[in-house]
Amino acid sequence: MGLRSYVITRILLTIPTLLLLLTMVFLVMRVLPGDPVALHFEKKADPWQVESMRRQLGLDKPLLTQYAEYVFGLIDVNYFLAHGYPNLGKSMSNFDEVGGQIFSVFPATLELAIYSMIIASVTGILLGVAASKSYNSVLDQLIRGLGTVTYAVPVFFLGIVFQLIFGVYLHWLPTSLRIHPSVPPPATVTGLFTVDSILQGNVIAFFESVKALLLPSLTLGIVLSGIFVRLTRTNMLETLRLDFVTAAKARGLSEDTVTYGYALRNAFLPVLTMMGLQFAALLGGAVLTEKTFSWPGLGGYILDRISSRDYTAIQGAVTMFGLVVALVSLVVDLLYAYFDPRIRL
Amino acid sequence: MVIAGIVIVLAIVVMTALAPWISPHDPSMEAGPVRAPPSFQFPMGTNHLGFDMLSRTMFGGSVMLQVSAFSVLLCFLIGVPLGLFSSYVGGILDNAVSLVIDAVYAFPGLVIAIAVAAVLGPGVVNMALSIAVVYIPSYFRIVRSQVLSIKELTYVEAAKASGAKWYTILSDYVLPNVVPSIVIVATINFADAVLTAAGLTFIGLGVTYDIPDWGWDLTNGRQYLSSGAWWIIFFPGLMIILLALGFTLIGEGLSELLNPKLQR
Repeated sequence: MGLRSYVITRILLTIPTLLLLLTMVFLVMRVLPGDPVALHFEKKADPWQVESMRRQLGLDKPLLTQYAEYVFGLIDVNYFLAHGYPNLGKSMSNFDEVGGQIFSVFPATLELAIYSMIIASVTGILLGVAASKSYNSVLDQLIRGLGTVTYAVPVFFLGIVFQLIFGVYLHWLPTSLRIHPSVPPPATVTGLFTVDSILQGNVIAFFESVKALLLPSLTLGIVLSGIFVRLTRTNMLETLRLDFVTAAKARGLSEDTVTYGYALRNAFLPVLTMMGLQFAALLGGAVLTEKTFSWPGLGGYILDRISSRDYTAIQGAVTMFGLVVALVSLVVDLLYAYFDPRIRL
Repeated sequence: MVIAGIVIVLAIVVMTALAPWISPHDPSMEAGPVRAPPSFQFPMGTNHLGFDMLSRTMFGGSVMLQVSAFSVLLCFLIGVPLGLFSSYVGGILDNAVSLVIDAVYAFPGLVIAIAVAAVLGPGVVNMALSIAVVYIPSYFRIVRSQVLSIKELTYVEAAKASGAKWYTILSDYVLPNVVPSIVIVATINFADAVLTAAGLTFIGLGVTYDIPDWGWDLTNGRQYLSSGAWWIIFFPGLMIILLALGFTLIGEGLSELLNPKLQR
């Protein structure tokens, strides 16, 4: 199979996965609880009110029709072109378009996720390589211990501790929001404050948004780094024993060239796969991190909607999480194929 | 590593089980001044209602232990038989089940747990259910990958030839060889369940305030941090870390023992 046909097959395979995902989200939100509208009002509304809301949201139609509307709404290209976001239905709290609400908060989550992933993978890989090079030494044990402990720390606890140290006691860094309230945020291009402020040459906004990002992304990054430490270490240990590494050493190549140029290159592929898999965990952790740091992203949105029992919005937000994960895993698989020539054969 | 993990977990279980006898105060009764810092009388201080934090710490593990044990049991009872059966039968059934499981597996676990918990409402059983939904795929996948290779082995072939029924083959010949991997998944699952339960409590989908719970104390104590009352969150947080760490150590230690590639 050539690279091109692999790419096409992989993209086509995403479709049934997505459909399945949409179905599951729909089932969880609509079938499990019984009636979202009744749940929304917590038995306090009169039947007329419940009925009118049901009609307004299209929840009075048969389940199968609702399902079709949900799926076809998502792939409605005209709607997407007219609004700039997919049709995810209307919110139960204010009848706004859920898609629009989600697209306005999503960049905050994306920005947090990107920087956390960079922190997690870079520290994880560097520490993992260092540990594998000094196998069973004190350094190795220390790094492994660190990797294990970070895995066991609840992300919000670490966040609270950081807030306490760097925010409350030292006053170094802000403990909430994406940018200081007194600084006007950069005009929206990508929605990522750090990118937008650079594009507009807005130095103050850039520094302020980096400052606000530091604690949340460090929190999330550190918690996730443990997995990368462990995986890199194990893979490097296995790779460093292979003949081609010995051969490279025998040819007199420097330690660093052998480690990073030869061994890490080979040990990197499983780590890349792990980055894709961990992206889902990252988004989950982002929900808690956003709550800890009052970060106005998708996680904060979903929690806010849970407390107002806005089931259409929850469904939309969960769908969005699913779409992002599916997209990331597609990209990772394509990258994998690009880096690993065996896939192309 | 494994032993250290077992010691930590056992110590916490024993402490929680003995809490009614060894705790100095009632965990949900005013025992002293409000937000008193750690002292000789209150070694872990008191919370905003004057409850003794040491007593709350001793009692507080029970919710997490129950939730994680129940969710692991559920995952085990559903994931393992499903994995065994589906992969042994193979064909369309296996493909269909795998597709569904993989879709769940790829999804952000905490988001599923949040969505399910939001729908089911708070409580120990509901928390366990929402966590179980997330981790069933891990069991299914590990069982499936093992069965696929085991069922081609000659001793299974021999059992088939001697006329053993499919359920005898699965339970007596295949299952024993899958158990080690399941145990590893289960211990990691325990650690994750503890952390997920803490997370669900943090966002308000956990237990109510009248039950002493580390997750609740940690969440609730947050608002008193600015007044400097660090002890309200510190000790519950530490206990959650210890419990999750105990399970992680067991799981990591076991998987290292069972990974032949790392043994020279």
